[in-house]
Amino acid sequence: MDTTPKPIAGVSTFLDDRLGAGSFLKRNMRKIFPDHWSFLLGEIALYSFIILLLTGTFLTLWFKPSMGEVVYSGSYQPLVGVKMSEAYASALNISFDVRGGLLIRQIHHWAALLFIAGMMVHMLRVFFTGAYRKPRELNWLIGVGLLTLALLEGLTGYSLPDDLLSGAGLRITEGVMLGIPVVGTYLTFLLFGGEYPGHDVISRFFTIHILLIPGILLALISAHMILMWVQKHTQMPGTGRSEKNVVGAPFYPAFMAKAGAFTLFTFAVIALLGTFAQINPIWLFGPYTPADISAGSQPDFYMGFLEGSLRLMPSWEINFLDHTVSLSVLIPALVPLGIVMTGLALYPFIEQWVTGDRREHHIADRPRNNPHRTAIGFTGITFYGVLWLLGANDEISANFHISLYETTIVGRFAIFIVPAIAYFVTYRICIGLQRSDQAMLSHGVESGVIKRLPHGEYIEVHTPPMEDIADHIRGKKEIPVVESGEDTDGIPPKGARTALGRLRSKMSQAYGTDHIPLEEGHGHEEHAAIGAGDHSDGHKDGH
Amino acid sequence: MTDNINDQPEGRVPARVIGTPPSNGPILGGEPVHEVKDVPGVIPPDPISARKAERVVALLFTITFLAGVAFIASYVIFQVGTIDKTAASNYALGSSLSIALLSLAAGITVWVRRIMPKYNLVQERHPMASEPETAEYVEETFLQGAGESGFVKHKMLRRTLLLAAAPLGLAPLVLLKDLGPLPGTALRHTVWGAPTKDGKPRRLVVEGTGQPIRAADFDSPGGILSVVPEGYEEDLNALAKATLILLKFRPDELKSGTNLNWTHDGIVAYSKICTHVGCPAALYEQTTHHILCPCHQSTFDAADGAKVIFGPAARPLPQLPIGIDSEGYLIAKSDFKVPVGPSFWERGDAEAEAREQKA
Repeated sequence: MDTTPKPIAGVSTFLDDRLGAGSFLKRNMRKIFPDHWSFLLGEIALYSFIILLLTGTFLTLWFKPSMGEVVYSGSYQPLVGVKMSEAYASALNISFDVRGGLLIRQIHHWAALLFIAGMMVHMLRVFFTGAYRKPRELNWLIGVGLLTLALLEGLTGYSLPDDLLSGAGLRITEGVMLGIPVVGTYLTFLLFGGEYPGHDVISRFFTIHILLIPGILLALISAHMILMWVQKHTQMPGTGRSEKNVVGAPFYPAFMAKAGAFTLFTFAVIALLGTFAQINPIWLFGPYTPADISAGSQPDFYMGFLEGSLRLMPSWEINFLDHTVSLSVLIPALVPLGIVMTGLALYPFIEQWVTGDRREHHIADRPRNNPHRTAIGFTGITFYGVLWLLGANDEISANFHISLYETTIVGRFAIFIVPAIAYFVTYRICIGLQRSDQAMLSHGVESGVIKRLPHGEYIEVHTPPMEDIADHIRGKKEIPVVESGEDTDGIPPKGARTALGRLRSKMSQAYGTDHIPLEEGHGHEEHAAIGAGDHSDGHKDGH
Repeated sequence: MTDNINDQPEGRVPARVIGTPPSNGPILGGEPVHEVKDVPGVIPPDPISARKAERVVALLFTITFLAGVAFIASYVIFQVGTIDKTAASNYALGSSLSIALLSLAAGITVWVRRIMPKYNLVQERHPMASEPETAEYVEETFLQGAGESGFVKHKMLRRTLLLAAAPLGLAPLVLLKDLGPLPGTALRHTVWGAPTKDGKPRRLVVEGTGQPIRAADFDSPGGILSVVPEGYEEDLNALAKATLILLKFRPDELKSGTNLNWTHDGIVAYSKICTHVGCPAALYEQTTHHILCPCHQSTFDAADGAKVIFGPAARPLPQLPIGIDSEGYLIAKSDFKVPVGPSFWERGDAEAEAREQKA
């Protein structure tokens, strides 16, 4: 194509005359996006959010967020004549009397699960590659905020259909709120408009679920994208890549098309799930009543860890001066979530303090190259994982024929022991992987050629690794260590004299010390190149 | 990745191990590189492969078109209503939609990978911080503007502005007060203590059917019944606190934790609302007399005042004093002596208070 088609030229001239769009496009049309499979994880969450907005809007056209009592008279025969809330009746109506309603409802639910799962794995990618480091700390904080809001969005959405299962979730929410010291009962009465369940909570949750939180999510996601755009994406280490450049494909046309395709793939997978994998069949649960519950009730996966921590807790409660602090509710409901979210939010700043590293970082770390960070990450994952697993201990108990109480008691110990083991094991695996990297650079790769030396010894010939792989490995960067050394008079530097300062330099020493520095090409006998002489252009080893 | 590209002439040289470079041949692999335009970092595709790819893409886009038509057709053809019809409609709509999206996505992917060039473009990065001159200019301008505004110089202006902002900032919070009433003592009472219209004691009725329970008929030891207050069978607010479980024991089975004065002929009524976070404690194991809450597995010993024997609940399920009326139906003799359901800040040790009152 040599000339721009008239309609496009016309519209763009119109816009440029009025907005000066040209200079923006000049800078951004060929913006470079680096490539790596793990960079797609966040996109899953983004596209799921778009699907949530679309399907959610569809659902609001029929859903009636009211707790007013009606007698069901729709198509679903088993519930005809049953008294229920208008919310539940309209959710049944969407499922059985609106064509495509069931499909969109199931797509909405699956997209919500994928939204949160996508955010979680994206966050782990960012954590393990150190992509949260300067200058991206703000975007990391926005991300932590997004995840927190998404959990709240999930909770409010889950409660809307007002079926027996969603009501059980709401009841637990109420029970936890009541336990909050000093203000718990007041907050509960304000939220529910009086005593539980009242007549207001569904319509209030509806407004929070479809207006308040999505509005904030939309604003924060936009900010997240703009910051990513302005700061340019991180890239993995490799040939020709440095802290001062970005290597990859241009936004127009390649990245645009790829992103479009990935949106469609995400939508297609969610549509397949919505079609063939039944989710939340509310018609089987019946309308909500606080007097009933079904055994084996499970929340959506992202609430499982809270369920697990509630189940794990021993029955601790303090009574003093006519007041009650119910630790068996407060600790499990607030502490794990608090540890995980606060830990995530503070990590970039704690790491900066420990390492004293104030540089900008645009090359992502390979997880093995910062073993302590990776080990801390896996400690967090196993902590979360144990709680999550315990959230399904009744299913574990039923399916594996283990005593229910034993699963709980094992869990009470596992929550402390397993993360500690995970730390140690991850650390050792990282060191092992660093060793193998180091071995590959210094000794080369096994070629499969066995060579017999003149004196009869057999050796396996090693060849140097491919350049792009070697460059990928060479991308390892040292982690700075704060100065703790005493000067010639035996006086430690100013910052390291207090107890906190000494702790900091110790931590820095442990965090930053590179036990396996890369060194290249110190050769041994076995380094004889592949059939020297057979291939004049064969790679020779460094000796 | 590059594979299968070293057709070595000599048989004794082995196939390449992954990770090692080919001993000869181009570094980017065996495909011929056509440098049509001289743009560094843009590697155009092979024209023959691109033409083949175009046919694949066209096929995929056509499938999307057909599936899209099928989606609209399914909407018209498949009606909903019964479970079977809804299921058929769901499968038809969902699978045509999925196929349409999937094949469109696949088409674009083939387009990007085989028709568009391969890119290895490089762009410079610059430090995020602005140039020192810019920062200096901004700072100067800020100070100049602050001076011009007089905000620093005029103390009274500054202080009264802050004063003015404070109540306005609080106003939205104040407005939220009418979201709900204050708790008062609402959590301490249930409808079991509320007077009935005719002044008679309130009967226990079976949840669901609303049938009153004749004590003599409820005689199968080991049975468990979900019970609600007469007159409040469908009041969810009342049921959230007043729902009971009713059990019958042989006299020798009951232990000291159960208040025998509050039972009738071995029949005991406990609150069904778990003292942990309020789920209905609905599961009962007859042989051990254990009541289990399915939410977080708090377990209570029904024969011993429903005391906690496992799980996170910290207090027993409160027992309701019951008796019979003149017709032999089970009635509540009074409200619960302690608040039912989850703990809350103002609750205090209501059990100890109740014991003191009795003593």
